[in-house]
Amino acid sequence: MEDSRRVVISGPAIAVRGNDIDTDRIIPARFLKCVVFDGLGAHAFADDRAQLRERGHLHPFDDPRFAEARILLVNRNFGCGSSREHAPQAIMRWGRGIRAIVGESFAEIFAGNCLALGIPCPTARPEDLAALMAACERDPSLEFRLDLEAMTLAAGGLTAPLSMAPGPRSQLLAGTWDSTAELLAARDAIAATAARLPYLGNWR
Amino acid sequence: MAQTLYEKVFDRHTVRRLPSGQYQLFMGLHLIHEVTSPQAFEMLRDRGLHVLYPERTVATVDHIVPTHSQARPLADPLAEEMLVALERNCRDAGIRFFGVGAAEQGIVHVIGPEQGLTQPGMTICCGDSHTSTHGAFGAIAFGIGTSQVRDVLATQCLAMDKLRVRRIEVTGRLRPGVYAKDVILDIIGRLGVNGGVGYAYEYAGDTIERLSMEERMTICNMSIEGGARCGYVNPDETTYAYLRGRPYAPPAEAWERAVADWNAIRSDADAPYDDVVRIDAASIEPTVTWGITPGQSTAVGAALPDPASFPPEERPLVEQAYEYMGFRPGQRLRGTRIDVAFIGSCTNGRLSDIEEVVRHVQGRGVKVAPHVKALVVPGSRQVQREMAARGWDTVLREAGFEVREAGCSMCLAMNPDKLEGRQLCASSSNRNFKGRQGSPTGRTLLMSPVMVAAAAIAGEVTDARDVFALAGKDA
Ligand code: SF4
Repeated sequence: MEDSRRVVISGPAIAVRGNDIDTDRIIPARFLKCVVFDGLGAHAFADDRAQLRERGHLHPFDDPRFAEARILLVNRNFGCGSSREHAPQAIMRWGRGIRAIVGESFAEIFAGNCLALGIPCPTARPEDLAALMAACERDPSLEFRLDLEAMTLAAGGLTAPLSMAPGPRSQLLAGTWDSTAELLAARDAIAATAARLPYLGNWR
Repeated sequence: MAQTLYEKVFDRHTVRRLPSGQYQLFMGLHLIHEVTSPQAFEMLRDRGLHVLYPERTVATVDHIVPTHSQARPLADPLAEEMLVALERNCRDAGIRFFGVGAAEQGIVHVIGPEQGLTQPGMTICCGDSHTSTHGAFGAIAFGIGTSQVRDVLATQCLAMDKLRVRRIEVTGRLRPGVYAKDVILDIIGRLGVNGGVGYAYEYAGDTIERLSMEERMTICNMSIEGGARCGYVNPDETTYAYLRGRPYAPPAEAWERAVADWNAIRSDADAPYDDVVRIDAASIEPTVTWGITPGQSTAVGAALPDPASFPPEERPLVEQAYEYMGFRPGQRLRGTRIDVAFIGSCTNGRLSDIEEVVRHVQGRGVKVAPHVKALVVPGSRQVQREMAARGWDTVLREAGFEVREAGCSMCLAMNPDKLEGRQLCASSSNRNFKGRQGSPTGRTLLMSPVMVAAAAIAGEVTDARDVFALAGKDA
């Protein structure tokens, strides 16, 4: 079985610039008509990519130089809007598969969805991100190293400190981010909680 | 120690502290729909797990249902497949399902309250970010992703961090023509689309207290648009009057006990807050968005802002918004020709929203401008029935609006109701993101339902106070 611990993630990076990139942009709603997540990767950022293509530009997700990327760099409030898990599901299925996202900040539901999929979303200072984005754009093959134990992201000569809520971080380090089994282990405590909620028995 | 409602409800539902430091939180009510649940049921099957508390989950279908004909099989085979999957999953697990054709069917955030399923003091979750709507009843209600839907199905619990609480106090009288929608657009405009990250919003103050339940729902609904995963109003007599007698509300013999319990979970008068924001209701204008986030808004009569007036890190997004929308700084939106008008959604598709529109349209001989396609889509079958019973569907049709069947409709692009090309839509929904209404280049202006109706009639963005001669414009 695959090791579920997330300690060091390394590989080339890709930058998608912009604040407040919502999940409708990450995966437009028409691609949500599905009962499985397979195949979503090809549609990540579909409309943004098409619009740039029309104007003769290339979205990083269409740029073959970034096809090997494993780490996504973003700006502020990434993943805001709809709760659709299809968004991180598409990102992790694009190309070789994105394994971590580092940004200035993340929308909460998005970060929670990523955690449930074992994708770390640590944050970095804006100025560090700007430098790291520029570095990967200069050299798309540059190797990045995300270390969740040391809480750093390093590439070339740069090393940026990262932050992350302690709970999610410890779950990723321990490999316990898939929460179902852990939650289910407390069956008796669940029943005890249910028993003290007045509305559960319709107030009888 | 004095506590907020958020803390009281959180404590009551805490099963235990997890080794990660997060809390295992019991979910009192789990709502599901066709878009975000099929993969969760698949994950359960893969792991050989079953639904632990099937009676605490309620399902409906809303996003994909067409609003012109809901005959089965649905014309779109993908939509039909999603519906069939939900039907099967609910049947297999013993989950109550308000399906196509059921009297209770509708947008998940409209029917929960309508059926009395949503109650004060509950924890409520749904694979849908606008679950914050249910906070209007004094519940802690928030959206989750599909893997979390799996967790709730399998364990009735979630692993959660505790949020901070920001009290947003709105005081004073709203001016005529200013609605709950304007209040929440104003709040988001002030605090920003990420201002609420890490917070639960408690909406309070005499302005909020005077609002009806449906108006409170409009406000709580868009908490997520301000970055707050949940928003709530303390329950009071308005809440109890709304709930009493609804199908799943506490039965008559238990009513007093329920009310006593609900009163006890209200925030204590001296509860400490992590932050307090005060807003003067009289300062709120009819508000319209002009950009590509719900925070990019302005008073309907105002000139659009100069990008240079924003902090440098905001400017790229502002410039992107101008480029996408085709507007210019300094321009006034008033007088901008629209192509489509949409009244509906979980934000503003309830009976009182439609009542307010009908009140202004009826008996005035007004008509939707010939070049505008105007849709009124009830948020639920019940709203649809009540509209018909009052003859409001006829009033609206005679004024040139198309009145459809219940569903999410043009709020997002998962059913046949979509914008085409660069169409500009005056919309009572909640998101003006790029491409949100189905065309990758389609454009959305968010506003109150009455402002949408005024725009439909004028054929352009306008101040509803002029169109409907609402008194007190400059009062
Ligand atoms: S009406 Fe819009 S926001 Fe509300 S649940 Fe439906 S799609 Fe989501």
